[in-house]
Amino acid sequence: MSKLVDAIQKNQDSILQQWLKGIRTSIRRRDLIDDKELQIQGAEMLALIVGAPADASLEDLNGTGWQPLKDFLANISASRAIQGFTPSETASFVLSLKAPLFSLIRQQSGSDSNELFSLITVANEFVDKLALHTSDSYIHGRDQVIVRQQEEMLELSTPVVTLWDGIVALPLIGTLDSARTQVVMESLLQAIVQTNSRFAIIDITGVPTVDTLVAQHLLKTITAARLMGAECILSGIRPQIAQTIVHLGINLQDVITKAKLADAFKLALERSGRAVVRVAKAGGTSISTQREI
Amino acid sequence: MERIPILRMGNYLLVTIQVDMHDKLALTLQDDLTNRIAEVGAKGVLIDISSLEIVDSFIGRTLANIASMARVLDAETVVVGMQPAVAITLVELGMSLPRIHTAINVGLGMEYLQHTIGDLRGSNGYDGDSRED
Repeated sequence: MSKLVDAIQKNQDSILQQWLKGIRTSIRRRDLIDDKELQIQGAEMLALIVGAPADASLEDLNGTGWQPLKDFLANISASRAIQGFTPSETASFVLSLKAPLFSLIRQQSGSDSNELFSLITVANEFVDKLALHTSDSYIHGRDQVIVRQQEEMLELSTPVVTLWDGIVALPLIGTLDSARTQVVMESLLQAIVQTNSRFAIIDITGVPTVDTLVAQHLLKTITAARLMGAECILSGIRPQIAQTIVHLGINLQDVITKAKLADAFKLALERSGRAVVRVAKAGGTSISTQREI
Repeated sequence: MERIPILRMGNYLLVTIQVDMHDKLALTLQDDLTNRIAEVGAKGVLIDISSLEIVDSFIGRTLANIASMARVLDAETVVVGMQPAVAITLVELGMSLPRIHTAINVGLGMEYLQHTIGDLRGSNGYDGDSRED
């Protein structure tokens, strides 16, 4: 099919102009990408089609000769996924190449309808395959974005805060699954070692649901902390969750539970021999402070 | 033969495990420690496992056994400095060691022993109700 490639090579500029015009009228996203970038990308893609080795046939996109073009499309798709294009907009970028190609083929083949038809079939399939490849890459790019965000959320969502000397707290927010619980467990235990804490407060105010699996994970964490010599206090159990826990028959008898983080903190202070007392100031205002007994 | 040293400090015994425990070593420790408790009439045993990085169900069970045996011999056991990885492993193995007392470091473990048993000088300083104060 080198005839078609030759024709494209000869008319590279006019194809590019028509192609960009088509994109501009139909699917241009002026807010996401500017004309110049679009033109550079289009020109590069045409150059890659024309510059493919002679043995790379248009029918077989899996040949090694097309690898640079596929890599280029994969890059474009990945960057568009990040820029916020929809899948159809990304695929349309490639599909809109059809119109200028077909008109070129029409010019070339003149009145020979057989040749016209066979050339159009080849060009059509070629562009379709490119578009499918673009879609695949786009989805792959999106997947990567999702995976990265999941990882970031995992990091963000497990801060261990030191409330006082020897007392750490872990405010949990969001649904707990196995992977997250593993991270939560490790970061809490690591923090206990680093800060030499005797008390760890796990606050589950931000956890929407507690099922048997989540409860089991929590119990594991609490047991592991106890093995290391730290006492765990569970706080922030909401009424619905308390009901669920009892209905599910989860045994939290051996775990100290408190309604609020403040109650848990108070208990931890008491157990470590401290108390919070109110100190009256000369001006009549009073503040709370803390004192070792 | 390889042995884990057992140090005496007043009426406490201190054991610091600084090598990888294998089964035989654990059994030797169990032997030595029970003998030593009986010999010196120790009231408290502190086992520091902060350098222990690998643990299996046998070692976990041996620790639990040592604590139970010590209790029979009238000595309180406290295990200190367990690493997070070790704690997670034990929990995953289903060994929560409910009857062993644990502490985060040697200082707090010692504090616990003193609080429950009495001070270092020997049984004279122990008035029997130190839990209450």
